[in-house]
Amino acid sequence: MSQEVATSVPSPASIRWSRRLGSIADAWRSLRRDKLAMISLVVLVAFGVLAIITPWISDRDAIRAVNTADNPTWAHPSGSFLLGTDYLGRSVALQILWGARVSLFVGLMATLLTIVIGTVVGVVAGFFGGWTDAILMRITDWFLVIPFLPLAIVLASVLSRSLWTIVFVIGITSWPFTARLLRSQVLSVRQRLYVDRARALGAGRTQIIGRHILPNVTPLILASTTLTVPIAILTETTLSFLGLGDPTEVSWGVILNEAREKGAVGRNAWWYYLPPGVAIVLVVLSFTLLGRALESVLDPRLRER
Amino acid sequence: MRPRFVIGKLLGALSTIAFVVVFDFFLFRVVNGDPINSMFRGRNLTPAQLDRLRVKFNLDGSKWEQFVAYVRQLLHGDLGYSLKSSRPVATVISEAIWPTLLLVGTATLLAMIGIMIGYRAGWRRGSKFDAGATSMSMLTYSMPEFWIGMVALGVFAAGLGWFPVGGLNKPGSTETGFSRLLDQLHHMALPALVLGVAYIGEYMIVARSAMIDTSREDYLQLARAKGLRDAEVRKRHAQPNALLPVVSLSAINFGFVLSGAIAVESIFSWPGIGQQTQFAISGPDFPMLQGLFLLISAAVIVANLAADLLYGYLDPRVAGR
Repeated sequence: MSQEVATSVPSPASIRWSRRLGSIADAWRSLRRDKLAMISLVVLVAFGVLAIITPWISDRDAIRAVNTADNPTWAHPSGSFLLGTDYLGRSVALQILWGARVSLFVGLMATLLTIVIGTVVGVVAGFFGGWTDAILMRITDWFLVIPFLPLAIVLASVLSRSLWTIVFVIGITSWPFTARLLRSQVLSVRQRLYVDRARALGAGRTQIIGRHILPNVTPLILASTTLTVPIAILTETTLSFLGLGDPTEVSWGVILNEAREKGAVGRNAWWYYLPPGVAIVLVVLSFTLLGRALESVLDPRLRER
Repeated sequence: MRPRFVIGKLLGALSTIAFVVVFDFFLFRVVNGDPINSMFRGRNLTPAQLDRLRVKFNLDGSKWEQFVAYVRQLLHGDLGYSLKSSRPVATVISEAIWPTLLLVGTATLLAMIGIMIGYRAGWRRGSKFDAGATSMSMLTYSMPEFWIGMVALGVFAAGLGWFPVGGLNKPGSTETGFSRLLDQLHHMALPALVLGVAYIGEYMIVARSAMIDTSREDYLQLARAKGLRDAEVRKRHAQPNALLPVVSLSAINFGFVLSGAIAVESIFSWPGIGQQTQFAISGPDFPMLQGLFLLISAAVIVANLAADLLYGYLDPRVAGR
């Protein structure tokens, strides 16, 4: 069996794939050595798993105000309420559990939108150059200079209150960083010999972009994605805290907003406003640490930093 | 500086302001098709009254006529009327600017410590000090500013009672002169500290990477070869040169600084731009939001322009190219 493999000539596709798998394995090996990155990964996986299984381990109706009339309000943490209750007698722990779903969902969806817009603009500007580049980069500069949070606030206040509005608003305001990053990378990849070679052999634009440009910027896209998630989650938190979130959903920002409006700080109800913040810090910090580790693994130039 | 560089930067800033103006109009008059209806939803108004309101808020006529009227108003410094207080938006904003500048300025001064920390961390890259400083900055970066504010309020105001829970002065205070100033400082201490903590990591990171870039320069090798002590090389040769990116990035960070103030001000009932933004959101008071967005954007654009020009002046290599 092994003799057969050794004697047959491998196809270009199989070479390509074995090389790709090899470099992924290499990257994983250097990432494994980074203790902080591994801890972050564990934290993120834990939050992810909790968010996914929440509907099976708890009942969403348990934190609807109509069902909590019999619960004590502003109760300290105890055996029956792990993190106490809020002004309506709802369990804070359950709210954080359900809030994780919303915060992570919005964070990931907004990141996806950011990366898609940023990649398309960056690759098109970098690859085509000329007027296309000039116009796209002018628009990018506009969005880079205009302060991000006020822009998000006015957009969200004009549109209807929903999770998708928040996703849209974050995507629209945070793509320019990715676009800039990708454009500069595409500019350098475009100059490489193998692109000239492909062009000389008659490859079209789609083929050059799909076969040569995109595979070369993929590591950068991955690192950029991991570093965009924390920004998206923090923005969702701030917008919800300012009262621009979806009033029918519980996210970590919404919990903090209600905690403030109902005077949790003045009542010293630390179990109400402390835990959601700790959850935010854990997730944001983990994404940031993991993103930075990925960045330095995938981009050797950053390694000495 | 070449004139070409200056003109290029000026045109860039002007085009950004023009974009903000058009975007502002588009958002509040086109996306939000009938602002009067959404502003006065739920109030019993006759169609005649609604029409009168449309005239008052310049919402009669075609979109193009509205746009021309809107630009003309802007050029006269007229931002329309707040729905909540019926006062001119420009007046409300100009009253709110000073408390914000006071708060943000104090917090920025506090955060300057971050530059010193960043220099030391960058100079001794990979040391224990660097590792500690970098982790601290990443930790503060991960905390929403308003949450730091809530925790600080909970511990120091509600818990220990060291600081007042909010506002610019004691309510109903008639104090004047020095005691009034002390009272104001007492009220500002906590929000300024919270914002300072939120900014410090940002300044540290910028100063650190500026120092790392500078530390690769040849003239530092020369200074060492001359026999200068390490501390002297850092203070006399590295730090002044590492200040350049810090200056420009601080100005670029102005938008980030103002954004941080929005949520923190509303926590501490600090009567500035941020609190006005929070009020306008809860209305929603569209003319206020429109004016606030325009003003904050313009301030940030001007700060960016100033930073670009200053950088070009301080580092001729940038402007000459």
